[in-house]
Amino acid sequence: MNTLIYTSILGLLCMVVEIFDFRKILVPMIILGLATIFYINIEDWNHVQFFYNNMLRADNYSVAFSGLAIVISAFVFVLSSDFYKDDSKHISDYLAILVFVLCGALIMFSFWNMAMLFLGIEILSISLYIMAGSKRFDVRSNEAGFKYFLMGSFASGFLLFGIALIYGATRSFHLANIAAYVAAGNISPIFYVGMTMMLVAMLFKVAAVPFHFWSPDVYEGSPALVTTLMSTLVKIAAFGAFYRLFYVCFLDTLGSINLILAIVTAATIILGNLTALSQINFKRLLAYSGISHAGYLLLALISMKGGTANAIFYYSSGYAIATIGAFAVAILVFKAMKNENIDAFNGLGKKNPLLAAALTMSMLSLAGIPPFAGFLGKYYIFSEAIKNGQIALTFIAVLNSIIGVYYYFKVILAMYTKPADETEVSGNVSYYVIISVCLLLSVLLGIFPGVLMHLF
Amino acid sequence: MMTLLILFFPLVASLLVLISGNKLASKVALFFSVIELAITFYCYLIYKQSGAESFYYFKEWIADPKISFHLGMDGLSLLMVILTNFLTPIIILSAFNRNIENAKGYFSLITFMQFALVGVFVAYDGLLYYIFWELALIPIYFIALRWGGPNRVNVTLKFFIYTLAGSLLMLFGFIMLYHYNPSHSFDIRELYANASKVCSCNQSWLFWLFFAAFAIKIPIVPFHTWQADTYKEAPTQGTMLLAGIMLKMGTYSLIRWLIPIVPAGVAEWGPYAIVLCVIGIVYASVIAIMQKDLKKLFAYSSVAHVGLIAAGIFALNMQGLQGSVVQMLAHGVNVVGLFFCADIIFNRTQSLNVEGLGGIRNVAPKFNTLFMIVVLGSVALPLTNGFIGEFLLLFGVYEYNTWLSVFAGLTIILGAVYMLRMFQNVMLGNTNETTSVFEDLKWNEMLVLGIIAIVIIVMGVYPKPVFEMAEPALQQILNNALIK
Repeated sequence: MNTLIYTSILGLLCMVVEIFDFRKILVPMIILGLATIFYINIEDWNHVQFFYNNMLRADNYSVAFSGLAIVISAFVFVLSSDFYKDDSKHISDYLAILVFVLCGALIMFSFWNMAMLFLGIEILSISLYIMAGSKRFDVRSNEAGFKYFLMGSFASGFLLFGIALIYGATRSFHLANIAAYVAAGNISPIFYVGMTMMLVAMLFKVAAVPFHFWSPDVYEGSPALVTTLMSTLVKIAAFGAFYRLFYVCFLDTLGSINLILAIVTAATIILGNLTALSQINFKRLLAYSGISHAGYLLLALISMKGGTANAIFYYSSGYAIATIGAFAVAILVFKAMKNENIDAFNGLGKKNPLLAAALTMSMLSLAGIPPFAGFLGKYYIFSEAIKNGQIALTFIAVLNSIIGVYYYFKVILAMYTKPADETEVSGNVSYYVIISVCLLLSVLLGIFPGVLMHLF
Repeated sequence: MMTLLILFFPLVASLLVLISGNKLASKVALFFSVIELAITFYCYLIYKQSGAESFYYFKEWIADPKISFHLGMDGLSLLMVILTNFLTPIIILSAFNRNIENAKGYFSLITFMQFALVGVFVAYDGLLYYIFWELALIPIYFIALRWGGPNRVNVTLKFFIYTLAGSLLMLFGFIMLYHYNPSHSFDIRELYANASKVCSCNQSWLFWLFFAAFAIKIPIVPFHTWQADTYKEAPTQGTMLLAGIMLKMGTYSLIRWLIPIVPAGVAEWGPYAIVLCVIGIVYASVIAIMQKDLKKLFAYSSVAHVGLIAAGIFALNMQGLQGSVVQMLAHGVNVVGLFFCADIIFNRTQSLNVEGLGGIRNVAPKFNTLFMIVVLGSVALPLTNGFIGEFLLLFGVYEYNTWLSVFAGLTIILGAVYMLRMFQNVMLGNTNETTSVFEDLKWNEMLVLGIIAIVIIVMGVYPKPVFEMAEPALQQILNNALIK
């Protein structure tokens, strides 16, 4: 599990940098480190290995998702050097904690033991509780951190209880043993209870209805960079872990929770889109739209029997790239306008046409319009869902995509039709680099999806 | 391959226009669109020599679900591509001598839209076709948003969401078709070959899913409410693109992607569809008579004309289909001419109110002649292209059902009413203070209207090449459509 070890070392190194006051090399060191780790990760391709007494299993699934997570983190870290330039005293702490978030995600993708799943989720979550509240003198940030901590811990309690019940039924934490238990038939009732509780915990982590109430407040209150990481990495990690757990262990018993999953999926998609319509704050808008995207991914999850890991991976990649591009533009605009509402974008088309075009294309990709990656992702999920018989849910998803267009266009309209004021919006070169890369990837993934579509 | 060239050349042109700067943008755009027209003419010569086989291009794109990058041009597609590539330089030429701010963005979007439109017409794979269909929506939305009239924000959003709703229903239909189809493919040949294997219970609602998308695009009453306001608020070139070419996407799709692929659905629900079309013809004509605003009048007249085209398609006979192809070409040319005349009037007098104008004939005789020819083409006077189209369409509908053709034939009478009355109010009579400052035509306006007038008359007198080109493709589609 070299990837995991090196990432942890990278995190520790960041903290050490604090001691020796090498802050200038912090971000370049992290980027270089992540590039090396990405390469080490790729080396594990097509090479299944077990680690630590079979607690971790590195297979193609974990390599692919880990690669995606590393790339997303790298983008966020490039943005961080300029984001924290006013707060350079604590930057190494913040970035070290963000590296530990990545560690948690890596564990969540490659766990092969329930205890590891819990460890991964907790490492990810606790790091984020701290980061959500990291703007210590902002009351919204304190509220976000506290809310996230309370509700997240409660959900982790559910997770633990579920794991305990499953242990009670199967007498093992090990995924292979649990799968064997399920295959053998004669499943004890407490297994189902345990499975449902784990489902609840997972639904909380991905912010599915009705466990989504923490999401808008936490996204709005956290610093924008942390929101970027939360809306991309955490969702993908949660879904990656969710899929792995359910596909390996619970596939045959999926029928028992099918109704719950179907209702949750439909509610998530519908509620996510409908509530986003009336949002004024941009971060809140993206939070609710993220809830609806979680709904689409749940649609892929409920069609698990056909092996929808590819669809989830491709959709996550398209969603992450579009979101990072959107947030990069948003961070620049928020800094200049000192305002995080949609009307901060007024007139951006005239003030800075490049940023406006980039944000437009990110919004179009999120809305699912060709030729961006978001469209093919949605199409792929719809196709897999229909293949597995989820026709009604797909129809609901298609209808809600139409609703979704409206709130994405609210931002585009603000940029191009509302009058601009005098404040200039410009940014560091690093932001423009990330924005251009995200834009290019979004279009390339939409036109040449073959690269990422059939990995497993 | 010629098809690849004809498809991607406008995309390259669009990027070049974007970097050429505001002063040169219109000339660069015109230059490239004329080259594209030359390429199209060359393709026409190839087609006359060796038929449609020389235009096939196939490349695997995505393995699962199977989507291929499959292009092809048979007679029908080639005619649509000729229409697109003929109208685009005319549309660009019509934008000269008008001060357009951010010209490079404007012309770049126009050429990008040309790319998407050609893509729709040459795509032979269902999902590739869908991607181009959606792609065409983006440039026209931004053209209307940035350069449109005062109410454009809400109007264009309504247009976008309404059209997108139809498109997403069509996507859903395509995905369902993919799964019902035993060969699991989007390729048009597979879809045609397996059309009869899809059970007719499914074909019914597949028909409605596809029909929703096309009915919104064309538009067919009662899905037309987005159209009049959008045509009014969009800038002239945007309206020309919308009415001249984009609308033909809908009618072309009825022929190519609806009637041969869900024939049982068409057999069951076609009668309802044709009745909707004919209702639309009469309804839109009556509303057109009441209109005082010139652009809205032309918009409603457009709904009436395309209602007849759609009715002819659903008549499912050769005359109807041939008539629809000819009328698509004729209507494209005529409506571009009409909206350009409206633009000229607005440019000179700042007014589009039919009642406030009058006597322009006295001050601008050249404009009067050319406007008259375009109006007569729209009214379907014999010797104009409109006549050939409408005659064949009415004949096709008559073969289908006599009473429907009587009601559809009202379009000729009502069309004459609103068009000739408009012409009388605007051009004839006494010159008043609004119109006395009317300058006669500038060089680009003369060229555009002149070319359109020539095409109207030539197509009206010698439409044979169009029939010959469309015949084999339409015959194949008809054979597929009549399999129950």
